[in-house]
Amino acid sequence: MANLTHLTIKAALDGLSKKEFTATELAEAHITAAEAARHLNCFVTETFDHARAQAKESDARYAKGDAKPLDGIPIAMKDLYCTKGIQTTASSKILEGFKPPYESTVSSQMFDDGCVMLGKAALDEFAMGSSNTTSAYGNVINPWRSTAHDKDLVPGGSGGGSAAAVAARIAMGATGTDTGGSIRQPAAFCGIAGIKPTYGRCSRFGIIAFASSLDQAGPTARTVEDCALLLKSMAGHDPKDSTSVNRPVPDYAAAIGKSVKGLKVGVPREYRMDGANPEIMALWDKGVEMMKDAGAEIVDVSLPHTKYALQTYYVIAPAECSSNLARYDGVRYGLRVPGDNLIDTYEKTRAAGFGDEVKRRILIGTYVLSAGYYDAYYNKARKVRKLIWQDFIDAYQKCDVLLTPTAPTTAFAIGENTQDPVTMYLNDIFTVPASMAGMPGLSLPAGLSSDGLPLGLQLLGKPFDEETIFTAGDVLEKAVGFDALPQTLQKAA
Amino acid sequence: MSNALIKGETGEWEIVIGLEVHAQCLSQSKLFSGASAVFGAAPNEHVSTVDAGFPGMLPVINGHCVSQAVKTGLGLNAKINLHSVFERKNYFYPDLPQGYQISQYQHPIVGEGEIEIDLPDGSTKVIGIERLHLEQDAGKSLHDQHPQKSFVDLNRSGNPLMEIVSKPDMRSADEAAAYVTKLRTILRYLGTCDGNMDEGSMRCDVNVSVRKPGDELGTRCEIKNVNSVRFVHQAIEHEARRQVEVIEGGGEIKQETRLFDTKSGTTRSMRSKEDAHDYRYFPDPDLLPLVLEQSFVDAINDNLPELPDAKKKRFIGDLGLTPYDAGVLVAEKERAYFYEFAVKGRDGKLVANWLLTELWGALNKAEKTLSESPVSAEQLGGLVGLISDNTISGRIAKDVFAEMFATGKDAAVIVDEKGLKQVTDTGAIEKVIDEVLAANPDKVAEYKGGKDKLFGFFVGQVMKQSGGKANPGIVNELLKKKL
Amino acid sequence: MSIDKNTVEKVARLARIRLEDDKAEQLAGDLNKILGMIAELNEVDTAGVEPMTGVIDMKLPEREDKITDGNNVDAVLLNAPEQTAGFFVVPKVVE
Ligand SMILES: [Mg+2]
Ligand SMILES: [Zn+2]
Repeated sequence: MANLTHLTIKAALDGLSKKEFTATELAEAHITAAEAARHLNCFVTETFDHARAQAKESDARYAKGDAKPLDGIPIAMKDLYCTKGIQTTASSKILEGFKPPYESTVSSQMFDDGCVMLGKAALDEFAMGSSNTTSAYGNVINPWRSTAHDKDLVPGGSGGGSAAAVAARIAMGATGTDTGGSIRQPAAFCGIAGIKPTYGRCSRFGIIAFASSLDQAGPTARTVEDCALLLKSMAGHDPKDSTSVNRPVPDYAAAIGKSVKGLKVGVPREYRMDGANPEIMALWDKGVEMMKDAGAEIVDVSLPHTKYALQTYYVIAPAECSSNLARYDGVRYGLRVPGDNLIDTYEKTRAAGFGDEVKRRILIGTYVLSAGYYDAYYNKARKVRKLIWQDFIDAYQKCDVLLTPTAPTTAFAIGENTQDPVTMYLNDIFTVPASMAGMPGLSLPAGLSSDGLPLGLQLLGKPFDEETIFTAGDVLEKAVGFDALPQTLQKAA
Repeated sequence: MSNALIKGETGEWEIVIGLEVHAQCLSQSKLFSGASAVFGAAPNEHVSTVDAGFPGMLPVINGHCVSQAVKTGLGLNAKINLHSVFERKNYFYPDLPQGYQISQYQHPIVGEGEIEIDLPDGSTKVIGIERLHLEQDAGKSLHDQHPQKSFVDLNRSGNPLMEIVSKPDMRSADEAAAYVTKLRTILRYLGTCDGNMDEGSMRCDVNVSVRKPGDELGTRCEIKNVNSVRFVHQAIEHEARRQVEVIEGGGEIKQETRLFDTKSGTTRSMRSKEDAHDYRYFPDPDLLPLVLEQSFVDAINDNLPELPDAKKKRFIGDLGLTPYDAGVLVAEKERAYFYEFAVKGRDGKLVANWLLTELWGALNKAEKTLSESPVSAEQLGGLVGLISDNTISGRIAKDVFAEMFATGKDAAVIVDEKGLKQVTDTGAIEKVIDEVLAANPDKVAEYKGGKDKLFGFFVGQVMKQSGGKANPGIVNELLKKKL
Repeated sequence: MSIDKNTVEKVARLARIRLEDDKAEQLAGDLNKILGMIAELNEVDTAGVEPMTGVIDMKLPEREDKITDGNNVDAVLLNAPEQTAGFFVVPKVVE
């Protein structure tokens, strides 16, 4: 039998339907891998028994011949998705022990399609971070290691647990949420693929909110096609989310294997920033060449407000989060630290329950919304956001997709970039603009750096045109032929 | 003239009053969740995880509440804003589960309007409406159950409220009381709020300031949650006097929130939270702007019920009622509807009299409301009909009514069963008259001798002999002839 | 605009987060770095630009007025740190 944990989702579905192995065998193989890789700290909560039970049900359906689209596929669920009766923490102390009495719409759709949940994947606390070092339950370690030093590397964030689990062959795919790059940046750091669909494509119901106008669910997996298979299950209209868009979900996998002949690929010149990592710029050029070789037409485009996207993001996301996180007050669920009176209880609870990064963002958000600063900060940022959005609309008059790098660096060592919050924020510089504009974006592994670490390229598309991104991503993926394995797995393979 | 000036040591003071009324929008379910919005349930029964502010929960607006707000706006002669925005009002309180209230701030669904209030002296005054916006209610904290703890019940959390803000157009406690009364009547006519102040479906925040007539507006204090018309009156009287005393005593009024103590009839300062005023409003990113079609507003407008002022005019003009009676009838929707149902095809004034005196008195005596009346509107109309067509006399009608009230039977049935039909047959009445005259020859002689007063005696005897059924007009007429 | 220790403390009070004594100073430094970055937005000419809250271009969806939720006290109270007789319990609130 093949090494089950190295299969793609597509291949595993094939094997399951041909009865080459069972869902239970597939789940056990992944559970074994997870146990062997516990030092990576991918999960806040392991749900192996739950996975075994789900796999058993999958097997029963395969036996009866009525298997579902993703029946038996073991996945990791970002611990921002509320899962009924299963601890959901957002990697925060303030939600330790919280068991939601409901299931998020996206996770419930995936379970309806037969997915098997191995565990709740760690993230930066409340999805605020780019390194997975702000989790209350310990750092996640990237399965990749640099050839230049022997330090543990960050998996990126906030979806670092999800990305590390998929890269380390612990899970075949994982759910993520992307507010400013939390699916795409960790995918790039961990050498896997990940897509943030158009804002409104996936329901936010039951997903713990960070910044409501930006948060969007999406999958990570090892191939573009696997992402397409997972997104098909995750996407769809939900009447319980007022920002969920009611339009049919295409068969994304059908976009795989198509040609990009004549496709207009835009290259935004503002992404070539001063002091950019030359290796990454070279990789980008290579990607452009590959698209051209595949028959695409390369178009120079301008997104003039790109350089203000991060600034806009760091007003709007904290503003929304300061309000979204007000509900964590120790009254109805979660941590309560007793105080002398109610206000004392609130303040102690929130001081003990939130980590430093979350506090920083709540304070910034509270400040920019407070009397006297609203117009200077919050309203100003909302206006610039409109300009950023307009940039994309204008660019898409000239091209069908945009090709850019995903992140400005490779995975860095745990503990780096923590002195100054702004340095850490720069990680999202290439991913944030599309978040502000609500545009879909996919990251795929496109090569290795000189010190052996994965580098990602990003394809951004028009609203609700994920299919074109998948087509272009698949072509690029095949041209790149990325087959490197994290060093920790090289022996095993 | 209802400006009630306060006489202070330094002269007269004018009271300036504005009201914010929170009216619960009549609906089955909450503004943003599918939990019941109906009053009266065990603690936390009418609560969804949305109302309790659980992680990942999202609001979805109740379309009916949008219609209700528009309907109310139209009833207040107000501008309907086709574009409005839900914003978050951020503050911490245990009965505010999300840590913010979803409300409308910069762009409310309803803009300026006005209503006419009816004052005790019979005059009217127009009071401006500043705005109406939709918002969620908070839960309820109980502070008197435990010495060190407060108990939180979220049943009310998320209930749909219409906050109706008046302009500072009122100048006396009477005007404010009349405003609340009229607003309540209009809402009940519209069917957009049950107006039940006991159950908290209507709650008033009263803004009071005082000034020397002609001066700029003074600093106002807001008295929160005053929950009856009587208390609104009391609270204003007390607060205005307090402010005058403070100012005349050399003090200054500081803008603050005060509570009305129903036991002492006084107001006191709420221990204010110094940061509480920084609500950090911003558009709720979980919701999109609320955009209405003009055709939607027009359709609601076309189906608006007749409101009390219009009804009153019609009762006076078409049905010949006095302004007083018409006013009393339209003051309560049920009363007006009862009257309208009873009056169909009957004499307007007569029905009004029967409703406002006989039925009213009987209900009061029986401690019943109009909706519990054993005599239906149709039945009351039936009774009046029998009087109008001379089937029974007004006197007999009173007995019939008593029987109707006791048994719930139709007037016609009672008249039939008891044979109370008025005798109009002149031959039969003549026969009775002859008998009476024959039986009282001495009285007849006295009458003929000039003792006119005895006419009443003969009428009484004839009526008695006929069991009260003889038509009094005919009796009179025939008696005169015979004597 | 830069913020000092006092402002940080005031904002923390608004956000109901207790700060240890040394924390406010350090946070003021962090927040000023972030605000310094944000201040670059002032370079952008936004005259006549409508502020954008969300990117979704559709009508606000409306729900039917039906009771579809609630009547589940056990679920609502399941995670409560303190409860009694169907109520959430908190330290006494004084008004
Ligand atoms: Mg108010
Ligand atoms: Zn209000």
